[in-house]
Amino acid sequence: MSEMNFDQVLDCKGMNCPLPVIKTKKAIDTMDSGQVLKMIATDPGSKNDISAWASRTGHELLINEQTDEGYVFFIKKK
Amino acid sequence: MSDSKPKRLALIASQGTLDWAYPPFILASTAAAMDMEVGVFFTFYGLTLLNKKIEANVAPQTNPAMPMKMPFGPQGFQNIQWPIPNILANNIPGYESMATSFMKKTFANKGVASIEELREMCVDMGVRMIGCQMTMDVFGFKADDFIDGIELGGAASFLEFAADSDISLFV
Repeated sequence: MSEMNFDQVLDCKGMNCPLPVIKTKKAIDTMDSGQVLKMIATDPGSKNDISAWASRTGHELLINEQTDEGYVFFIKKK
Repeated sequence: MSDSKPKRLALIASQGTLDWAYPPFILASTAAAMDMEVGVFFTFYGLTLLNKKIEANVAPQTNPAMPMKMPFGPQGFQNIQWPIPNILANNIPGYESMATSFMKKTFANKGVASIEELREMCVDMGVRMIGCQMTMDVFGFKADDFIDGIELGGAASFLEFAADSDISLFV
């Protein structure tokens, strides 16, 4: 698993579409530009959905990987 | 990604059953989370989705492809797709409410938000909701029956918003 500093963590384990995307959006809204959000999900759809969400909204998806914890995303707020 | 004008999604929600209530609210909330401008026109049976208390049921007899699954017991049991013929489904009293409660339970088990939760997220994220005035008049609904923060209007109100949309869908 990649190591990286983050400013806030969001647990979306057990949630299904579209909750991980919406919770991620809400968390990012509370953060400052340049800060990094770590989000963990178990929904296999989140792998592609968070990537699509990031490319649409312009936030930078630094890491998108599958670990023992679940699907882990590091997102840098634009 | 664009820094200029936000993308716009215009939806028409025309159905009031539990299964058909999901697509407009999932699409609207997700689009809003993707920084799109979203407007939903609730018309005909879809207008009931703006009621303070949503009483949407599934109608298995009109959805022959609907999988019938049990929301309890071991996973192997839950995975069984029960072959309930329409002739039975149409005639067992209470079958519709049972199927509705099973669907709600299965969705909750799978971590899917309820319709009410998704609708609340739409309201929070500024989704514009337009209730159809004509449907209100026809079915005798009152503005007081609906949640706060909606607008009432007709086809022209929706089309004025939809004319500048990038995506427009009828659900």
